[in-house]
Amino acid sequence: MDLFGEFPELGRGDLRDFKKAIDAGFRSFSRAYGDELEAFFDPLLQFMIWFERLLINSPWPIILVVLAGLAWLGSRSWKLVTGSVICFAIIGYFGMWENTMATLAIISVATFICIGLGIPLGIWMAKSNRVQAIITPILDVMQTIPSFVYLIPVVMLLGIGKVPGLIAVCIYAVPPIVRLTNLGIRLVDEEVLEAADAFGANYKQRLWGVQIPLALPNIFAGVNQTIMMALAMVVIASMIGVRGLGVPVLQAVSNQYLALGLMNGLAIVAIAIIFDRISQKYGQRLQAYRKGNGNG
Amino acid sequence: MADNKIEIRNLYKVFGDNPKTKMQHVHAGVSKQELLDQHGHVLGLRDINIKVRSKRIQVIMGLSGSGKSTLIRHINRLIEPTEGEVIVDGEDVLSMSTEGLRDFRRHKASMVFQRFGLLPHRTVTQNVAYGLTIQGIGEGEAGERSQRWIDRVGLSGFEQHFPAQLSGGMQQRVGLARALATDAEILLMDEAFSALDPLIRTDMQNILLDLQEELHKTIVFITHDLDEALRIGDEIAILRDGEVIQQGDPQSIIMRPADDYIADFIKDINRGRVLEVRSVMEKMTRATGPKMSTTTPLEDALQQLLNAGKDSGAVVGDNGKTLGRISMKNAIAAMARPDRDEEGPRYK
Repeated sequence: MDLFGEFPELGRGDLRDFKKAIDAGFRSFSRAYGDELEAFFDPLLQFMIWFERLLINSPWPIILVVLAGLAWLGSRSWKLVTGSVICFAIIGYFGMWENTMATLAIISVATFICIGLGIPLGIWMAKSNRVQAIITPILDVMQTIPSFVYLIPVVMLLGIGKVPGLIAVCIYAVPPIVRLTNLGIRLVDEEVLEAADAFGANYKQRLWGVQIPLALPNIFAGVNQTIMMALAMVVIASMIGVRGLGVPVLQAVSNQYLALGLMNGLAIVAIAIIFDRISQKYGQRLQAYRKGNGNG
Repeated sequence: MADNKIEIRNLYKVFGDNPKTKMQHVHAGVSKQELLDQHGHVLGLRDINIKVRSKRIQVIMGLSGSGKSTLIRHINRLIEPTEGEVIVDGEDVLSMSTEGLRDFRRHKASMVFQRFGLLPHRTVTQNVAYGLTIQGIGEGEAGERSQRWIDRVGLSGFEQHFPAQLSGGMQQRVGLARALATDAEILLMDEAFSALDPLIRTDMQNILLDLQEELHKTIVFITHDLDEALRIGDEIAILRDGEVIQQGDPQSIIMRPADDYIADFIKDINRGRVLEVRSVMEKMTRATGPKMSTTTPLEDALQQLLNAGKDSGAVVGDNGKTLGRISMKNAIAAMARPDRDEEGPRYK
């Protein structure tokens, strides 16, 4: 016996059977429930198609005005508004308008889904240490597992297209908002909470009147991170059939088109920077009350 | 006395993983240190019995770690006791349902915190109105009702400021106004003025005493500052290592400290200013000399005697009847520090 020479591993045949069993199991699961799942996600798919068409088919000046308006609402800064408009104008001028709109569509939908799932999950985590102990490792896995690995089951179940792409983006982008919501709520000053209790606040009043408002800056940092991570997934999502700026990047990689790759890559960067600056400004405005005016 | 608003009876608090099981050791009389070393539990409070009289200021004094903040949190049950009873107006706070307790906190007892506990994202008005909005009163009406208290604590003009824009003293005025706005009969003040600098602290004490003259709340006031305790307390309970070691009115504590610890505690106070003639007078119905009221501080009494050139004066009650005689000799003797130490005087 050469125990120290070679690692005592599972037999070759056993290993193959083991993998086969898992694959077969999952395949029969997807065969049995694939249609139901697709039907379940159909409204989402219809919405995404509608939203993408809306962005692409609307006249570009209207889109620019709406974007400028959103930038103003978020940041209240003319500099940022002008910068954003110029960026989008340049992107359009270089022929990337349609792809940019497709990317914006999937990013917005993904962000809203992440917020809708992530914030309640974060609140739940903040409420119970046990829930936190269970969810934290799951989030770790979601953030560190290579995206290609979870693309496999998603594609097996739902094929390629917008919905699997969206799911892949959400798996990657949801952890920061969950984590930061949890953290934000847990960091709320004990004495303020005690005061709320002492005045007879019930659970709802405590949550909505104290914990959430005081956690908002952190929650918002989570939203910001979620948007950034969703943008980072654009290229990978394009591999399973999501339209947008990722598609030309992928083409550029396989055909060695330097200019095409650079242009579309930089467009993604530009969108990321715009979103980041605007959402950070908004986050800062949320905590304006924290600043004294020299009175104290 | 019949007029007890709050009665704390045989209250014990043990901190740790399994406090109930350690109670037998506590009853058997193990010390705080032994309980910690041998059983891994911390004794927070041991056999506390305090009766707080209605419409009076009960001060609970102790150094840090004495359990005073733990004790006050039992009154509105922010902390659950391990054993004992807290009776408010004949009702046991500890047997209240969640609903009942919430009602109790909303309407009966409000609280002021050491580090203010204000909501940083709400304006002064919204903070003062907090207790009312929690009761379900709309922002509009709550704001109107709060205005009276904002004016009363001297914050008019700052209604729309956020707490971070105010100084510590002003923040605590917000805290006080917030506690008063619910019209609760009981005011729990946990080291409310300890975080403020001395001048502001005196200021806040004045505000509190002024308010009390008019509102007659039952106030439980926690402090580690003896001067503060003597200044505002009608009754004082002194806490050490989770036990009450003396309680009574300020005069009796200064005249008859229960042990060396308390004697040591009170040795640096200005006895002439704190002690009143009623504590020193000899009771009699006829006396000559300058007349003074029972609550005249000794140093004022001495001044009056000196001015009149007499050796003794008459102490008279509110109705003008003579109650006793105050002699210069007794007054001076009372002002000298009682020396309980056998080894010699404790002068530097």
